[in-house]
Amino acid sequence: MTKVINLIVSPIALSAVLMGTTLWLILVWVPTETNQGAVQRILYLHVPIAWGAMMGIIVVSAGSFLYLWKKNEIWDRLAVASAEVGVVFGGLALLTGMIWAKPVWAVWWTGEAKLTTTLILFFIYVAYLMFRAYFPPGTQRQRLAAIIAIIGAIDTPIIYFAANLWSQAHPPLITGPAADSESSLGTSLGVVLLASTISFTLLFILLVKMRYEIRKSEDEIKHFKRNHQLDSAVLNNISQARGTS
Amino acid sequence: MRESLAVIWAIGRKDLLLETRNKDVIVAISVFALLVLMIFTFAIDINQVNAKLTGPGILWASIAFAGVTGLNRAFALELEGNTLEALMLAPISRDLIYAGKMLGNFLFITAAQIIVIPIFAVLFNLAVLRWEMLVVSLLTTIGFSAIGTLFAAMTIRVRAREVMLPLLFLPVVTPLIMAAVESTSHVVNDSSWPEIYQWIQLAIAFDIAFIVISAFIFQQILED
Amino acid sequence: MTKRDPLFAIKVEDVVKSYAEVMVLRRIKFSLQPGEVAVILGANGAGKSTLLRILAMLTQPDSGSIDIYGNDIAKNGPQVRALTGSVLHSPMLYTDMSVRENLTLFAELYRLKNIDTLIEKNACKVGIQSRLDHRVRTLSHGFQKRAALARALMHKPQLLLLDEPESGLDSRSVSYLENVVEEYRSSGRTILMTTHIIEHALEIADKAIVITDGYVHLESTTTCLNKSNILSAYSHTLPKTSGDL
Repeated sequence: MTKVINLIVSPIALSAVLMGTTLWLILVWVPTETNQGAVQRILYLHVPIAWGAMMGIIVVSAGSFLYLWKKNEIWDRLAVASAEVGVVFGGLALLTGMIWAKPVWAVWWTGEAKLTTTLILFFIYVAYLMFRAYFPPGTQRQRLAAIIAIIGAIDTPIIYFAANLWSQAHPPLITGPAADSESSLGTSLGVVLLASTISFTLLFILLVKMRYEIRKSEDEIKHFKRNHQLDSAVLNNISQARGTS
Repeated sequence: MRESLAVIWAIGRKDLLLETRNKDVIVAISVFALLVLMIFTFAIDINQVNAKLTGPGILWASIAFAGVTGLNRAFALELEGNTLEALMLAPISRDLIYAGKMLGNFLFITAAQIIVIPIFAVLFNLAVLRWEMLVVSLLTTIGFSAIGTLFAAMTIRVRAREVMLPLLFLPVVTPLIMAAVESTSHVVNDSSWPEIYQWIQLAIAFDIAFIVISAFIFQQILED
Repeated sequence: MTKRDPLFAIKVEDVVKSYAEVMVLRRIKFSLQPGEVAVILGANGAGKSTLLRILAMLTQPDSGSIDIYGNDIAKNGPQVRALTGSVLHSPMLYTDMSVRENLTLFAELYRLKNIDTLIEKNACKVGIQSRLDHRVRTLSHGFQKRAALARALMHKPQLLLLDEPESGLDSRSVSYLENVVEEYRSSGRTILMTTHIIEHALEIADKAIVITDGYVHLESTTTCLNKSNILSAYSHTLPKTSGDL
């Protein structure tokens, strides 16, 4: 019985319920936007997912900075966990964005500043994860990965500035049917976006927490192995001392 | 200060001396870059109309790709005899090692550009040999070598180093490549200095940001 | 006993170093007086080289403190490096430069004066005058090692760290090494070296330090030691339990 209650009030269940409600709101409840048509509904997913990707980057940079400063493994674990989730969210944000752009802007991809910046950042954090996979384990790996994450964070405003300047010089060709029209939705748009953002934020936190805990268990096993070695060495030492004296 | 400059110069000069003997890096960068240019002249049928449009982008893409292979090579050189550790044994701060290696890389990429850019001008029939181009090229090369030296040092112990370095290097330098491409295209279109200048500013900001950060962070990279 | 006790050339306290899941050094503790020639002994993989790399400041220990001539190495890095000369596993010379060019470069990095005379002098000490203008690549292993020794001696370090200096050397090269050791002993400077050859170690050194399983098992002057003492200290390897890696 307690198990059932625990499951019902668990964050995973909460996330599932919220996600289901959000999907219902998006697919059934909210009226179709008149200018863009049904495709506009993907924005209710796209915006919160992009928000999750952004949170990912912020947490990676903050975690990496704190790791370099405090040298505490907690921060490193947090950084990797949110990089992993952030990269997935970033990829989904790019994908949903393209699905929306094709009918509305008439192109899958354009040199718009936010798109360019997202894509470049996506690549930087993919490189971050690949670096971690390729580098021999140890504190040096954590340190170097943290440095990459921080370089990515520092690069972000520069990339955005450059992409912005670039898209001014090359105005994107947005020729779709409803490129610049006002939304026909009033408050209901806000309600759905809010609900969706809450659901995806919770999902993001949950996923990061799960990845974090897996890392933590891995580290605990590693430490246990090491300490086990240490204990047997100490015992051996003691028996040694007795033997020789 | 003078002592620090002497140390930086000693390391950079050592790289040049080795380069005059091996001729690995500059030749590799130049030939690679020229090959990329040549492939593009076939891939895009270059004519008077589209040369101005595509030329600057192709030039900097080829230099970025070629440069990154050169950077890989330049650090492999220090690995061969474990000589990076010999540098680390010296009673000098790590940022001087960084600056010395960066100086070497800067000179390599610059030397390669001296070969590549005139040939580019001929192949694409573009008037790039102007003083503005010198500024663009210097600033871009400074940024490439600042980031490149940092990442090359970081990827030393990575398996598949040859793959990892470009994967880290290229996305981070993208804004710099944009600046180089845009200002070069202003140069070939004979634009006025103020138009070029906004991109030059971006390149300067990029260079300063990453030189400062790299010098600051290099200590953390070398020790294991 | 204060931290800045000038009586000690090296004072190592509780140094721990682990790589990923292996603890190489568990709690290393020993000290050397100025003018002592000490040798670190231990079976393969005992952590001798790791310890020397830590003392040479190429590797950071996980914990513990090290003082070299009263300087904490964690705080006064450059000063300590100026006091220390190291010849580690590889010669660490640029193979496409001549011996003279190599020595000149490192002399500049150590900010030495009268470089040309210094090079001649140190080349004589290790017997490589005739090879000064040969490229390192063309030299035999023995000459490369001698050139590396010359590099380490250039700045007259108070402490010389040598990792298996006699491995692969002919008797002539070894005699140059012995001269250097003698010079150090008589001028009150310190040498710490590792070796495999126990007989030679007992002959050349004043003090022996035996490392087994990451602990100092024996620290004693060589006068009261013989080969069997040392071998018995070697053999205290840990029984490997199934949990160990």
